[in-house]
Amino acid sequence: MGSASFLSVTLNLLHGFYTTFLIFAITLVVAIPLGLIITFGSASKIKPISVVVRCFVWIIRGTPLLLQILVLVYGPGLVFGHAFYENSVGVMIAFIINYACYFSEIYRGGIESISRGQYEAGHVLGMTKSQVFFKVVLLQVVKHIIPPMGNEIITLVKDTSLVRIVGALMFMGSQYKEILGKSFEYVSVNALIWPLFYSGAFYLIFCGLLTLLFGYLEKKLDYYKS
Amino acid sequence: MSVLEVKNFKKSFGKIDVLKGIDFTLEKGEALSIIGSSGSGKTTLLRCLNFLEAPEEGQMFVDGNCIFDAIKDKKISSNEIRKRQLNFGLVFQNFNLFPQYTVFENVCLAPKLLAKDRDDYKHNKKAIIEEIEENAKKLIERVGMTSRINMYPCQLSGGQQQRVAIARALAMDPKILCFDEPTSALDPELTGEVLKVIRSLKDGDTTMVIVTHEMNFAKEVSDKIIFMDEGVIAEQGTPMMLENPQTERLKAFLTAFNQ
Repeated sequence: MGSASFLSVTLNLLHGFYTTFLIFAITLVVAIPLGLIITFGSASKIKPISVVVRCFVWIIRGTPLLLQILVLVYGPGLVFGHAFYENSVGVMIAFIINYACYFSEIYRGGIESISRGQYEAGHVLGMTKSQVFFKVVLLQVVKHIIPPMGNEIITLVKDTSLVRIVGALMFMGSQYKEILGKSFEYVSVNALIWPLFYSGAFYLIFCGLLTLLFGYLEKKLDYYKS
Repeated sequence: MSVLEVKNFKKSFGKIDVLKGIDFTLEKGEALSIIGSSGSGKTTLLRCLNFLEAPEEGQMFVDGNCIFDAIKDKKISSNEIRKRQLNFGLVFQNFNLFPQYTVFENVCLAPKLLAKDRDDYKHNKKAIIEEIEENAKKLIERVGMTSRINMYPCQLSGGQQQRVAIARALAMDPKILCFDEPTSALDPELTGEVLKVIRSLKDGDTTMVIVTHEMNFAKEVSDKIIFMDEGVIAEQGTPMMLENPQTERLKAFLTAFNQ
């Protein structure tokens, strides 16, 4: 019996691992290129685009992934009364957007680390901007960003455990719906939506201050170039 | 007809006027050296020729065709600039080889990418690529780097890297090859090999513009010398002018240089 329960536990874990791996793989496959698009967006010469993209990245980086998952999974249901997509889709969107934003910041750092001479060498040889980027700069960027990407990707593996919360909350939610009946809507707005956004605001302020601090440090150390 | 004619180039960075009206001409096969102290504007001038900076005023003609006009070219497409840029090649002070490519790949990369624009590329792909690779091998031989053709830039000395950079610039077959202080980043014992390559190009009738601090080399290799000071051409003439400077400013520069 001991061995049977060990086997069933292992099988269960393997099944869970399958879910973990699926979230992991889909997030990577979509977020890695999406992050590059976000990097280009935040560096865009068209001011409105860069401002909107930077704001978006700031909000995503400034709030916890857990909160983003909750908002994307339960948000539409709470606000509009019904969900437009499956819970799993909400989870995936949250993961992809969150990681794409983090990746974009890593890419930005990597791209900025490439010397201007590499771009100029490409240009005087008659290459187009995209040729310079894809044939000259990109591989050098990849080399630079492998260590921080490694950190981030390992964090992704561990973050998949957050998905568990969606299942748990759904169970609680349905119980409350039965008990509360019609007043469920009132409770959901006042006890769930506002607290969600309000706690998000706290995180944003906290992270905003940290962003300012690191921006200050970065500037402070910008007086020399290696 | 002059291969290159520059008219009234003016360029400022913020409030600082770096070029205050530069005019000169260059004939086919000539070597022109630009000398002057740091901050005199010589590197900026070279960067303007290569479209890395855009002068606010002035025009530039290659073989009599206007390839830059500060007033008319405000709204020119980057594709058009790219085409005009190819009249020039540039060898940088710190080489700027592509570190992830071998010597051979560094020299082949840009010609292969450019060939994709050719109408007959799809049709003759194999022959075109072969021709580019053959040409690259010849150029690498010309700068004496055949034995290191499959090495990466990090495995080469500064002098060797600069020789590869020269081959890379030549691969685009520019009408005018520019050098931005090609030996300034090199240890003294390595400058000789680079200067030797430039000298051999001169013998092969390559038209060149060389920004340099090597007075003796400038004297020996140039047909023409321009001395720049505070954004203007203070004196220009044949290499003889270094023996017999006419202006006080050039005298002062040469005296300071020989100390």
